[in-house]
Amino acid sequence: MLQFIAKRLAMLVATLLVASFAIYGALYLAPGSPIAALTGGRTLPPEVMAQIEARYHLNEPFLTRYWLWLTAAVHGDLGESIPLHESVNTLIAQRIGTTLQLVLFASILIVMFGVSLGIIGALGRGAVDTGVLFASTVSAALPAFAAAVILQFIFGVMLGWFPVLGTGEGFVDTVKHLTLPAIALAATSTALVTRVTRTAVREELDREHVQTAVSRGLPWSDVVRRHVLRNAAIPITTVVGITIASLIALSAVVETAFALNGLGAYLVQAAQNKDFAVVQGISLVLVVAFVITNVVVDIAYALLDPRVSLGSRAQ
Amino acid sequence: MSIEILDPVAEVIDNAPANRRIPKLGFLGWLSVAVIALALFLAIFGPMLAPYDPTLSNLSYSNVGPIAGHPLGFDDQGRDVLSRLMAGARTTIFGAAFVSLIAIFVGTALALLTAWFGGKTDTFISAALDVLFAFPGILLAVVAAAVFGPSLLSAGLALSIAYSPYVARVLRGAALKERAMTYISALEVQGFGAWRLTLRHLLPNISALIVAQGTILFGFAMVDLAAISFLGLGVQSPNADWGVMVSEGKTSLLQGYPLVSLSAVVCIVSVVAAVSFLGDRLESNSRGGNR
Amino acid sequence: MSELLTVTDLTVRLKMDSGMREVITGTSLSIAQGEAMGLVGESGSGKSMTAKAIARLLPDGAETLGSVVFDGVDVLALSGDELREHRAQVAVVFQDPRAHINPVRRIDDFMTESLRTLRNVPKGDARTRAATALEEVGIDDPAKRLRQYPHELSGGMLQRVMIATALLSEPRLLLADECTTALDVTTQAEVMAILDDLRRERGLSMLFITHDLELAGAVCDRTTVMYAGQVVETREARLLHGDPLHPYSAALVDARPDIDSTADRLRAIPGRPLSAFEAPSGCRFATRCSFAQDSCREHEQVITELDGGFVRCERAIELRGKVREGAHV
Repeated sequence: MLQFIAKRLAMLVATLLVASFAIYGALYLAPGSPIAALTGGRTLPPEVMAQIEARYHLNEPFLTRYWLWLTAAVHGDLGESIPLHESVNTLIAQRIGTTLQLVLFASILIVMFGVSLGIIGALGRGAVDTGVLFASTVSAALPAFAAAVILQFIFGVMLGWFPVLGTGEGFVDTVKHLTLPAIALAATSTALVTRVTRTAVREELDREHVQTAVSRGLPWSDVVRRHVLRNAAIPITTVVGITIASLIALSAVVETAFALNGLGAYLVQAAQNKDFAVVQGISLVLVVAFVITNVVVDIAYALLDPRVSLGSRAQ
Repeated sequence: MSIEILDPVAEVIDNAPANRRIPKLGFLGWLSVAVIALALFLAIFGPMLAPYDPTLSNLSYSNVGPIAGHPLGFDDQGRDVLSRLMAGARTTIFGAAFVSLIAIFVGTALALLTAWFGGKTDTFISAALDVLFAFPGILLAVVAAAVFGPSLLSAGLALSIAYSPYVARVLRGAALKERAMTYISALEVQGFGAWRLTLRHLLPNISALIVAQGTILFGFAMVDLAAISFLGLGVQSPNADWGVMVSEGKTSLLQGYPLVSLSAVVCIVSVVAAVSFLGDRLESNSRGGNR
Repeated sequence: MSELLTVTDLTVRLKMDSGMREVITGTSLSIAQGEAMGLVGESGSGKSMTAKAIARLLPDGAETLGSVVFDGVDVLALSGDELREHRAQVAVVFQDPRAHINPVRRIDDFMTESLRTLRNVPKGDARTRAATALEEVGIDDPAKRLRQYPHELSGGMLQRVMIATALLSEPRLLLADECTTALDVTTQAEVMAILDDLRRERGLSMLFITHDLELAGAVCDRTTVMYAGQVVETREARLLHGDPLHPYSAALVDARPDIDSTADRLRAIPGRPLSAFEAPSGCRFATRCSFAQDSCREHEQVITELDGGFVRCERAIELRGKVREGAHV
């Protein structure tokens, strides 16, 4: 197990290294000088230009600049936004909380509703199952931005139950402000988790070892808990983990739709303003979060399934 | 053999009609086909058939609801919503088709390469794909917008790159399985070349899966492209596009006039639902068909 | 001997996409206290379904007619706790132990689960009993095996675990469903010997399902042969092998290659085995029987007593002693 984790961590570091290079390199290739964004097209005296270039290492060769950026990033310094004259760390720190809360809230919804509806659908056949299938089919076809718009209209504009824009103050108000965004973010994933759970539980119900448990006269609740759900937990955990990882990038859409002051929405703004240091910084943070979530999923998978051969995730 | 091992259930299934040239789709399947056909028709002819100029604005009609000759009313700029929906089908549908075609092409090529050569090629390509997996499609598209400026092209290319590893991973498995079949090695021993075997035997045998993957991908691409246009990083206003329309109509929606956003949402959701339903059907058919 | 299990006129229909399909028609058999009954037939003959009906393990939507009485209790009418108690008294040893043991739980958990949940045996005691049971089936280092997962054990070893587990809960009847078919030949013999010994020691009743007539003859007191969902012959195991009454039993005996004689070629039974729902009217075996005549195809065959056994063939008396040569054609 330790060897497995070590191997996954090594792959993680390698992936992040290449990914950071790609992020930095892509933005380096971008046409137009970062100074143009700063000066807004005005011509500056050469001394000032030189000063700026020295300050942001703009004259150094690419690899040197990448190295400087990477070592700083590893030490927790993501550089400075040229147009805003502000540390990227500060900009991120102001917003990461909202994104974390949003993703966490949505994850809770996904696990709570996705898994339980899937189990209910698989165990209760007939009308219950049809209802679950129908609900998950509708919700699966609802992209986050579409869900956002519909929720805003129904629960914000028509019913007035929830605020439609902005981040709240204090716990209750924050939850209130994040409820619709979290539902919008969770809609598609909940449907996916419901379906996978339903299929996994149903497949497990048909397994021979479950028949053995039944044949031994064990109570049905024990059979379901100790054999059906325990074994179905393996694919369910994997899909829950992967969908939660996918929320990290998708949060940009929901944050923009609900005007939340989060990392994703800010990344989009920075991309529009060509604030490269911020784009690099936030991209790096999101990629790290995404990759780490995936590694955690892999490790959870290995812990849940004693048969897992090291380093492979079942498809 | 004295005693045949026969399963009565398997036998019942075996007796089912063997030739299924036309896939069994059912009512919902054919409804999906109809929705997709309509979407394709609009993508090709929509801009020509639109009753009004989709970009012509008349502010005196701002947010005016359905009236005679304008069944879906006007948006906040006073443009005809129906015309914008019809014209917007083109970028939405063709954009998604472009993304899924490129991703399928690149993904299939990578899968066939890894399956045919195995060994170091496989290791190298698989490792490269693992790195690409670290970039969610939307993130890649946002970065691409920062680098190349926001446009449908940059968003589309970014998504194609982000999707390719998923295609490659799914198809690699199927291709490897086929590659391991004895008939391939038999043909190889007879001196048939790699190109011929790959194109004439491997590829046709995984083609059903490729079609299914392409369909599923098309649904994803539509959602993601629309989301990126919604963020303002894809198709640019005032050009008509369903994703752009959702975002354009949002201010009005919050003020109580939801028609623009919601009509675009309905268009997107119905096509995506049709495509994903059909994709699931095709995929289970193609997997079930693999004896 | 008193009868422990009596199956009378059991008919089973399963729900399939195309409607209800009959898989067993009017099957009767009985097992006495301490008796081993062999149940022999080709795939689809209904032998496994008979066992499933006895253990009440038929798939959802199955329809049953007739009766199954176990120790005076009508099994088909049971539900809830009584049904679970019945299942606890009937232990099943399945064909494929790898599929029938939960792969993500340790051997320890598999073996002690019934004791802990149904008999309230404390965990420590249950484990000690499991270790002893493993030793009885010839598994070394039981402490280590108990800690392992199913995928770490060989097929033969797993089947022994299954047998040990079945005996651990002190059942009254053992249903062994092709329990050695998935094993290789040498392991098969070992596992069979262990099962036979332990059963005799305990005086346990057993329904032994197999397609191997000779194996049934070796370990069973009586043998029942099924064809297309019907019992065609029940006889003392040793007699059935040497002197079968029904042409189908004879064909089964002859289909097995004999080491002592050098046959030119193996004799197969012509045609393929039928399931109950595809069987023709009249004698169900008529399509494949070398003795079939018009009257066989016209009459539903009834089971009759003959020479201490039961046979479902109207020509049985007439063909007495000739059925084996006939199959030699």
